[in-house]
Amino acid sequence: MAALRVKGLHKQFGNTEVLKGIDLTVRNGEFAVLLGPSGCGKSTLLNLIAGLEAPNSGTIEIAERVVNAVPAKDRDIAMVFQSYALYPSMTVRRNITFGMECRGVPKPQQLEAVARVAALLQIDGLLERKPSQLSGGQRQRVAMGRALVRDPKLFLFDEPLSNLDAQLRVDMRTEIKQLHGRIRSTIVYVTHDQIEAMTMASRIAVMNTGEIQQFAEPDTVYNKPANLFVARFLGTPPMNTLKARLVRDGDGLAATIGTVKLPLPAQSDAARAFVDRDVFLGLRPECITDSGRPGALFEAEVLTIEPTGAETIVLASVAGERLRARVSPDVRLAPGQRTTFLADTRTACLFDPATEKLIA
Amino acid sequence: MDKALRPGRWLTYAILFGFALFTLLPLIVIVLNSFRTAVEIGRSSLIGWPAGLAWRNWSEAWGHFCIAQRCEGIRPYMENSFMMVVPATILSTALGAIAGYSISLWRFRGDTIVFAIVVMGVFLPEQMKLIPWALVLRELDLTNTIGALVLIHTVQGFSFTTLFCRNYYIGIPQDLMKAARVDGAGYFRTFWRIVLPLSPPILIVTVIWQFTGIWNEFLFGVTFTTGGQQPVTAALIAIATTPATDVVEYGIESAAVLLAAIPTLLVYFFGGRYFLRGLTAGAVK
Repeated sequence: MAALRVKGLHKQFGNTEVLKGIDLTVRNGEFAVLLGPSGCGKSTLLNLIAGLEAPNSGTIEIAERVVNAVPAKDRDIAMVFQSYALYPSMTVRRNITFGMECRGVPKPQQLEAVARVAALLQIDGLLERKPSQLSGGQRQRVAMGRALVRDPKLFLFDEPLSNLDAQLRVDMRTEIKQLHGRIRSTIVYVTHDQIEAMTMASRIAVMNTGEIQQFAEPDTVYNKPANLFVARFLGTPPMNTLKARLVRDGDGLAATIGTVKLPLPAQSDAARAFVDRDVFLGLRPECITDSGRPGALFEAEVLTIEPTGAETIVLASVAGERLRARVSPDVRLAPGQRTTFLADTRTACLFDPATEKLIA
Repeated sequence: MDKALRPGRWLTYAILFGFALFTLLPLIVIVLNSFRTAVEIGRSSLIGWPAGLAWRNWSEAWGHFCIAQRCEGIRPYMENSFMMVVPATILSTALGAIAGYSISLWRFRGDTIVFAIVVMGVFLPEQMKLIPWALVLRELDLTNTIGALVLIHTVQGFSFTTLFCRNYYIGIPQDLMKAARVDGAGYFRTFWRIVLPLSPPILIVTVIWQFTGIWNEFLFGVTFTTGGQQPVTAALIAIATTPATDVVEYGIESAAVLLAAIPTLLVYFFGGRYFLRGLTAGAVK
């Protein structure tokens, strides 16, 4: 059963088309992440799902019910905001019960629900405090508590971790993931942080300029990006996309960049159609390294080196194409030096330069 | 470094002190005169140190001095002013809060135009509104009543209070409103439970502003009320223009002026403190 089904959703603000026909189906119990750069429309999409804004066209179904005309409060959703949006004048307890109070839930039931959520999130000791007396992490928990207490059909998270400092963000990330594992509710989670997306999502919807570029499992989005945008958006550093020419190489195919020839694994018929034509060769930085993997050797000029401790990121140039490689930290390189790299092409992707789509 | 600064700083203080004295001079003269008898003032001049403390001036001004053939001092007029200022302040502040809340946080079609029209009221001169109000009061049969002044000050004050409240509420994060909508709070519940508890700082400012403005207002009071219906500002003029005896009672007049100024000063002193406290405690995240 689909917890959420969005069909042909359009949204305009004045003359700006923010969403250009969004189709999205989120299954029951799924943790769906909307990922994209600022201004891609992900928060607008969330607001439309929540009923805080109205679409120009298209339909939104929550638990198989069309909710276009249903006000936010009756959509059976709960929302966690980036700014937490805790009511400043109310205690934590009041913040959590306010929604139930509005819906006329009897007092004993409210108390019971607060106790349950407080235990779940370990905020028992904070119930009589005001939001101004809480730390960032505690506010974050209370905001989650306010959502959890409702036991809704759908949880909506709008960049809930982006106001936390780095360490806390990592902790809360783990905690939200564990929480989802325990309560198994459906979550739509908006973020611009790809680590959050990769670590938490069952599926990631990568968005750009008001369109969903790809909606798939993190693994697929990472290894088989649907187009150049996704390839270049995900990963730190992102996938190398090198202008190359596809040529026959014995029985198989190879990609040539200038004089460098990189043999490719067995390719589909679609890829074979591109023989003797230009393509973009997509190679993750971890597939270009110094040793420890099978692959073809090639020479490139080192431009800059960025040691990160566990590994060193090398920006290098081959036949005018720039690429990033991940090498072991004990390989000492200097800018300007020519050195040999190893290209592991087993997970290489090919993109059509005209459509920018993955050649599958 | 400190020594080099010192002469400049002394000069600054001297200049500031000079200006302060100049500003306060009328008040000082009035305070001194309120303790001098008419005979004493008549013998020397309006400016002089009191020979003794003539407390009689104050009791006369409060309860016995004759104003427009009524010898009850300014007390009844002070009461009139209170009857006018309390409801008018409460009503205009309440309306401004609701209007400011609607305009800033509920956003409706044409809200900026409505706001612009309301705020225009701030810039219209009082004199321009005299005749329209005269017509309205005649239609409503409110001429020469305190109720008329309440109505006028409520309507006139609405522009200011709306402006104040709207500009304060615009700082309340939109996420808070969204959270309230998801929680199922409607227009009035959101106002009552979420927005109003955040409002003391601006409501105190608005109340100080309205109370002071309405209490001190003179033109409407003197135009639309006569005799026993007048607010104290109009009565003070009546004291000055109708001397009860041959001697001009400058001492009593001074005491009356000071008595009439006490309420606004009290509001300022107490409210100002609350205002500062509210600014730091009610901070919206």
